[in-house]
Amino acid sequence: MLRLPVFEHHSPVGIDAALELLGEFSRRDEAVKVIAGGTDLVPNMKHEIETPQHVVSLKHLGLEGVEREGNEIVIGAMTSLESLLKDPLVEEFLPALRQAVREIAGPQLRVMGTIGGNVCLNTRCLYINQTYFWRSSLGFCIKKDGDVCHVVKGGKRCVAAASNDSALPLMLYGAQLVLRKLGQERIVALRDFYTKDGVNNREIEPDEILTQIRVPIPDQSVSCGFEKLRVRKAIDFPLLNAAVLIDRNADGMVERAEMVIGTLGPRPKLVSIKASQLGGVLDDDLITKLARKARSGNKPLTSIATDPQWRRDMIPVLIKRILKRF
Amino acid sequence: MSTKVRGEGPVDSRERTTVVNQGRAEAQWDIEEDRSVRAEISSPPGGGIIGKGLRKVEGASKAIGRAIYADDITRPGMLHGKILRSPHAHARIKGIDVSDALALEGVEAVITGADLPGKYGIIPWTHDETALAQEKVLFVGDEVAAVAAIDEDTANAALRLIKVEYEVLEAIYDPQEALANADNKINEFAKRGNITKRVALDFGDVDAALEASACVVEEDYFFCGNTHAPIEPHCTVAEFEPRSRNGQGQLTVWSSTQIPHYLHRELSRVLGLSPSRVRVIQPVLGGAFGGKSDPFSLEFCAAKLAMTTGRPVKFLFTREEVFYAHRGRHPMEMKFEVGCDNMGKIKGVRSQILIDGGAYASYGLVTAYYSGQLLTGPYHFPNYAFDSTRVYTNKPPCGPKRGHGSVQPRFAFEVALDEVATQLGIDPVEIRRLNYQGESTQTVNGQRITSNGFDMCLDSVEKASDWKKRHGKLPRGKGLGIVGSMYISGTNYPIYPNTMPQAAIQLQLDRSGKVTVFTGASDIGQGSDSVVAYIVCEELGCELEDVRVVAADTDLCPVDLGAYSSRVTFMIGNACIDAAKKLRKKIQEAVGEFWELPPKQVALAGGFALHIKDTGRSIPLREAFQLAESKFGTLGSVGSYNTPKLGGDYRGGTIGASPAYSFTAHVAEVDVDEETGIIEVNKIWVAHDCGRALNPVLVEGQMEGSAYMGFAEAFMEEHVFYEEGIPAGLHKGPSLLDYRIPTSEDTPELEALIVESFDPEGPYGAKEAGEGPLHPSIPAIANAVYDAVGIRLRRMPFSPSSVLRLLNEQEG
Repeated sequence: MLRLPVFEHHSPVGIDAALELLGEFSRRDEAVKVIAGGTDLVPNMKHEIETPQHVVSLKHLGLEGVEREGNEIVIGAMTSLESLLKDPLVEEFLPALRQAVREIAGPQLRVMGTIGGNVCLNTRCLYINQTYFWRSSLGFCIKKDGDVCHVVKGGKRCVAAASNDSALPLMLYGAQLVLRKLGQERIVALRDFYTKDGVNNREIEPDEILTQIRVPIPDQSVSCGFEKLRVRKAIDFPLLNAAVLIDRNADGMVERAEMVIGTLGPRPKLVSIKASQLGGVLDDDLITKLARKARSGNKPLTSIATDPQWRRDMIPVLIKRILKRF
Repeated sequence: MSTKVRGEGPVDSRERTTVVNQGRAEAQWDIEEDRSVRAEISSPPGGGIIGKGLRKVEGASKAIGRAIYADDITRPGMLHGKILRSPHAHARIKGIDVSDALALEGVEAVITGADLPGKYGIIPWTHDETALAQEKVLFVGDEVAAVAAIDEDTANAALRLIKVEYEVLEAIYDPQEALANADNKINEFAKRGNITKRVALDFGDVDAALEASACVVEEDYFFCGNTHAPIEPHCTVAEFEPRSRNGQGQLTVWSSTQIPHYLHRELSRVLGLSPSRVRVIQPVLGGAFGGKSDPFSLEFCAAKLAMTTGRPVKFLFTREEVFYAHRGRHPMEMKFEVGCDNMGKIKGVRSQILIDGGAYASYGLVTAYYSGQLLTGPYHFPNYAFDSTRVYTNKPPCGPKRGHGSVQPRFAFEVALDEVATQLGIDPVEIRRLNYQGESTQTVNGQRITSNGFDMCLDSVEKASDWKKRHGKLPRGKGLGIVGSMYISGTNYPIYPNTMPQAAIQLQLDRSGKVTVFTGASDIGQGSDSVVAYIVCEELGCELEDVRVVAADTDLCPVDLGAYSSRVTFMIGNACIDAAKKLRKKIQEAVGEFWELPPKQVALAGGFALHIKDTGRSIPLREAFQLAESKFGTLGSVGSYNTPKLGGDYRGGTIGASPAYSFTAHVAEVDVDEETGIIEVNKIWVAHDCGRALNPVLVEGQMEGSAYMGFAEAFMEEHVFYEEGIPAGLHKGPSLLDYRIPTSEDTPELEALIVESFDPEGPYGAKEAGEGPLHPSIPAIANAVYDAVGIRLRRMPFSPSSVLRLLNEQEG
């Protein structure tokens, strides 16, 4: 078994204690990571992609649970993926989120894994999610310990892929993240949370804690769905994933359509279609048009160990499959 | 199709053997033609155990976590070992500096190639590896140095302090290039270029047969490599007691091995210890599948470090290291020509196979033979030729994986045979039925076929899958495919030439009513401990709870050659019957004397000795044992098994010669998604002739597990080192996240259909069940895909992108 590098583990009780602790490490300029379910962080630490000096557990901060507050569903960041699956509010109001969560990992990992952890999932790449020995044999890369990119030859920017499934429907639903640090709270739209930098694609400071995900309850007229491509029917990270949202008026005319495609690069790619390009009902023509639109301009990379051409060809297939369900 | 294969010189006469058409020689052995008569001959004596779905003897201890695996073993003062591996695929070692590592607090010893120079290898003629690299490293992950320290973290830290200076050499990953670049020698052992072994054998006149055929299919096929991925990584604990009189000491090695006897021999040889001073113990094993049937670096390093430090040393591989240890299925580039007459009768078959061996020979010599020798059933080949070459490449060494050497050519041949059927307009089941070789016959390459239930296997899967109503008649996208195969139940080739028994048993009867079985056989999960316990119960009438099995300990148990080639049930089963019958006779005699009855009238069953006539006379078995002990003294017996003389009278004719062959047929049902190229296997019907199912539940488990493993190889398991986007020489994903084993969600429904042909020489008629049922999985799926959408899958794995490409070509 791979060994974990040495680190100091902290288990504060209550959010204030946790923020104090993070603030302290930040002041001392000591590397710190927060840990939720650990299903992403622990393997990354074993691979020495993450080498924090301190690990701060979020277990005892009271961040679990799903509630309705007015017109919003408020999801505690520490809510486990498995309990989200069983949550009646999520089932009723956020069906596409439920579809996505069902596709994350497998049952055991979903018991450990949290929604906050999935939103903050580290980017993934064939060349980085490997042992230290493997990476040293290949030559280290930009994301950790090196300065080259093995995906884009001569590339200076890390293109490791956002591989979180839950982020896609949450972006379309207009989710907002509540981020807290010592004496400070800010709210960021999930759509603005991810960056193009695969080394760290999340706009979150090491001393910040994601506490809540607030999702406006969509109108009755909204349809939103999710699809994921993977080799196995459980456990695997996506080879490709996509979510689509459309809003139709009383006559069934599509007034709004948005798509997010994941696993292409560090940021899930949002594709908005102008209202002028829509018009009309959701018929085969419009489905084909949207599917084609999703494919154009998206070039999957070799960061995922699957034929990139096939991955590209699958983009419209996933989009079509979602739209056919609406 | 191009026919030229791999620009190689002519085969020298020493290697090419032509065996003039032997045809279907008359059977020279005594077999009853009538199957029902034979069933009587080999029947169990009436203990009521054989044929029952009893639990495995070690099942409960595994289920409740009591079973002791190698990594559960801790010894006082034990150190932890780690191995430094090469980051280069091919390099010369210019120097190694271990001084910083040795200086680290907690490090007890560091060894390098100079400390373990002894060459070894599982096959005595190909000793081409060492525990630690001598001058060169041959693949990424090859072993360079080993450290023993007070804990794993210290050992790992020490590895990073070892400085190795390498001169990087040009590496060769492609087997064609390995052939072409004879001057760039990968493994110095190779006599010619990079060739481990070439085997070319001709039987009959294939040229004339193909010439005279009404239909000849000639195609290229590719089988990608894959590995065993046992859930338990390799682990070894070694302990050395330097206390003996001549100073040699006593070495004890607990290791996750499936070949304790061969490991015993190799440890003694490489370490220079008398074999009588070496003890190998195999603890409970967490899966092997052929992946633990070589001696491995960690076993020598643990032993050497235990001798150096005087303290016990444990090595436990990481999952990544298991991928580098490998010895898995060889990639093969295969060219097949299959010719049939216009009725579909096979006239001639020829293959040319290039085998990608990786850096060391392992079982490669046998692999080269098996790739040709094991194809001559269940169909009659009147003329056959194969030419197989195994080459070295700069990758982890390949070896034997479940269905060693013959899964790959079976895939190629059965897809080709399906194509013949299509071209001739013959039903794929019918063409296989038509060519069935029958029982009590001899193959073209001189292999003796005794029992053969392949015809029943075909009937069984044809009926269960409703083949006649559904094949060729399902809507586009859905299809059925059929394949047949055969496999060995052990072989008469004992790895190192000797005339001693291949399997042996020692029994000890206790006046408490307990029976202890000492068996050298390795239970790797297949149930060999259980099989010997069942046989003892069947013969002596005792209850399963009263049998203790002491297994795979070279100090305590008689020699068994190991768990490979599907030899265990057949050989250890026969040895066990041999030993148990001797005691049975004594007990019957003693009880008969006590009751004043002929011994034959004493039955032993259910924990009692009984009068077979309905007189109600019975005594508990314990008392029966005591009567026997009083009469004969301390009760014990030994039994053994060796194969009869088998095989063709030509060089290599005994390789693949088995005392009995098992036969299998699969029907696979698939759904092909033409939009994504994703193939869904809905169901596989598996009919397997295992001779007699000693325990049908265990046989079904082997049949389903085999079919599952084949399915996994067809779609997911890729042990690959070079392809677009993957850096050459590095394993694409040496982890169980990236090397994907199907989950229960992915696995098709598997229906096991046991066929019993009652082999005249098997224990109660039993033959193997652990490897044969894997063979048809992959080609059956390929043939089903043809039925579904009309494309021929000739290259593995069956990836969605390759399916889509073929579908696009079909449209174009």
